[in-house]
Amino acid sequence: MWNSLQLYAHYFKIQFHSAMEYKTSFILTCIGQFLVSFNVFLGVFFMFKRFHNVSGYTYSEVMLCFGITLMEFSIAESVARGFDTFPSMIANGVFDHIMVRPRNEILQVLGQKIEFTRIGRILQAVVMFSYGIMKSGVQWSLAKVGTVLFMLLGGAALFCGIFLIYAAICFFTLEGLEIMNILTDGAREYGKYPVNIYGKKVLFICTFFVPYALIQYYPLLYLLDKGAWWYTLLPAGGFLFLLPCYGLWRLGLSHYKSVGS
Amino acid sequence: MKKYFSFFKLRFSMGLQYRTAAFAGIATQFVWGSMEILMFRAFYEADASAFPMTLQATCSYVWMQQAFLALFMAWFMENEIFDSIVDGNISYELCRPINVYDMWFARSTANRFSRAILRCFPVLIFSAFLPAPFGIMAPVSVSAFVWFLITLILGALVTIAFCMLVYMTCFFTVSSLGVRMVAVSVVEFFQGGVIPIPFFPEKLQKVMELLPFASMQNVALRIYSGDLAGVQMKKAIILQVFWLVVLVAIGKGINRLAMKKIVIQGG
Amino acid sequence: MIEMSHVSKTYKVSKRDAGAVSALKSIFHREYEQVHALKDVSFTIQDGEMVGYIGPNGAGKSSTIKILSGILTPDEGTCLINGLNPWKDRIRHVKEIGVVFGQRSQLWWDVPVIDSYELLKDIYRIPKSVYEQNKDELTELLNLGELLRTPARQLSLGQRMRCEIAASLLHSPKILFLDEPTIGLDAVSKLAVREFILNHNKKHKTTVILTTHDMQDIEALTERIILIGKGQILLDGTIDDIKNGNENMDEALAALYQKYEI
Repeated sequence: MWNSLQLYAHYFKIQFHSAMEYKTSFILTCIGQFLVSFNVFLGVFFMFKRFHNVSGYTYSEVMLCFGITLMEFSIAESVARGFDTFPSMIANGVFDHIMVRPRNEILQVLGQKIEFTRIGRILQAVVMFSYGIMKSGVQWSLAKVGTVLFMLLGGAALFCGIFLIYAAICFFTLEGLEIMNILTDGAREYGKYPVNIYGKKVLFICTFFVPYALIQYYPLLYLLDKGAWWYTLLPAGGFLFLLPCYGLWRLGLSHYKSVGS
Repeated sequence: MKKYFSFFKLRFSMGLQYRTAAFAGIATQFVWGSMEILMFRAFYEADASAFPMTLQATCSYVWMQQAFLALFMAWFMENEIFDSIVDGNISYELCRPINVYDMWFARSTANRFSRAILRCFPVLIFSAFLPAPFGIMAPVSVSAFVWFLITLILGALVTIAFCMLVYMTCFFTVSSLGVRMVAVSVVEFFQGGVIPIPFFPEKLQKVMELLPFASMQNVALRIYSGDLAGVQMKKAIILQVFWLVVLVAIGKGINRLAMKKIVIQGG
Repeated sequence: MIEMSHVSKTYKVSKRDAGAVSALKSIFHREYEQVHALKDVSFTIQDGEMVGYIGPNGAGKSSTIKILSGILTPDEGTCLINGLNPWKDRIRHVKEIGVVFGQRSQLWWDVPVIDSYELLKDIYRIPKSVYEQNKDELTELLNLGELLRTPARQLSLGQRMRCEIAASLLHSPKILFLDEPTIGLDAVSKLAVREFILNHNKKHKTTVILTTHDMQDIEALTERIILIGKGQILLDGTIDDIKNGNENMDEALAALYQKYEI
């Protein structure tokens, strides 16, 4: 385990040096990343100029929700970006290089691409999150701070799991499937509002199938004093979600080994 | 003209080949549209009086946007063009008896339309069967439908002309990716891709409607649902033509400069 | 020792005719074709041997290399490399092999070559003393010196290939797979690469399996040649078997290809 962390740190270093080779491009991409999610923010902002509340949530409450979801996603995206570029890794033979090395494949895939430019998005998440904290009138306690941290971790795990599914499917299709955008970009886009505003059916799906609600809606209710205390434990679902994702990856890998590229 | 048409056919059958990708794309658009509409419904329930369009017109707007995504989304640019500029393969293009700007324009047009034609029907058919007001409605009148088709094509051409400017900037900058992301964000926001233009505060709306971005998807989608009609519609169409001419003129100008630069610097 | 016996591999490839109509049809119904990449392939390679593995494109060369390096599982047959099954004991097996894919790089594009080496040291868990010793030896013999501090993207093809070969030998593998190592190289680099491989094999008794289209590589490096065509081994012998009285290797090989209709 320690050894693996060390190796990941080494990848991290190389990636950072590589990114710094193109400083202008790096900065511009950061700004680009910021702008992309800034658009989403502007959308929310102007909707609230007109409507003032939605399903009982105020603007600052939505900001808190959006900030947390965006941060969960951005952390996962920085770490697990390797899965996102996985189709090209298969196509250009990088994955074959990975296979002839005596280390865990997932670790190597992750190390292959660490996306520092997502700092632009994380920064924005922090801003919205802070605004939400200041204005939402949440009475902060140790338990609530812990809940937020747990949400961030569980959420990052959940999104990593979804990226892992995306990569695992590439073993079968050899190309990225646009449909997975629903679960990644879609979740980021629509996760700006607490999932219950989309209606009961969506909430049901997001509770029992792809458990977004466990890392967003339920613990948020606890933060806003609208939900039970045990809602704060639900982000654990994000970690459990990793298990089936890993299973799918194993299945994909053995398929790849029997078919090749 | 013939060579452009054969390019279109080639793209079309290439697009057909990736059947999993096509199915996946269509499914994505269903979900995306549905979520968008569920969101608008939540706001409608919060305060129906603040809604600037009818809910029915908003839903039609959303479905049309999904159906014709390939025509208007700025992120749908061609990597091959960026690559050929960055790695210098563009010099080969110069050896051919074709104007680079015209060829790329034709190519983008072929790409966008072939993709849109492949993808629009499932979305349109599906959304037609949804219960009112959540589905797509029939066009308000025959003439509105005809104008819709005309402005749809005009809007797509304005989008392509704008993307051409982005390609052209790559001749002069080291990082195309940054420029591209900024351009994509600006287009998406100002063309009413995040929320339709009528949802913005009135003053901002007035400004936005004059920008070239409002001449992209905004006009066609709102004509279809009857939100844009009469004098307003005519003004919008004139603006579309105006921006198309201006953007193409600027693009061709930059193209000439860029070609000079290549010839002098050797790529 | 490498023992491959009765290995077969079949792929399913989708096919369709040209034209938009058949493209439309293929959305709903797709036909598949069986392609026999390998048919009953058997051979044994002793430790320290140097073998040229040749054949036209699509003959099954890269499928064989992939099976030997544990990336691909065959449909039938067995393979034992130093007592390990490459695809079942992949992680343990690949510690002992080095692979150079001639047309793909394992070096990081934007950082100095030495940084890639340091990473490989961590990946293979090479002890520091062994790493330093190997690195110094390879640097000297491949004349890497200044190159180590250059980002890979700034290297010429020949310089990069030298760095690639060194990268795949840092962990002292017992077997080295070279997939077209001289493709696209200039004459000087080709000679340098050949000389190095020859010496390395002599000194370290590394088993080398080489695929190439360049007959001069074969003449310079290997005594034994395995010729594969349409998934089958057609000839397993020496250079003289291939030459068969011909003066020129290329002509001799062309004659063979014609004879076997491959």
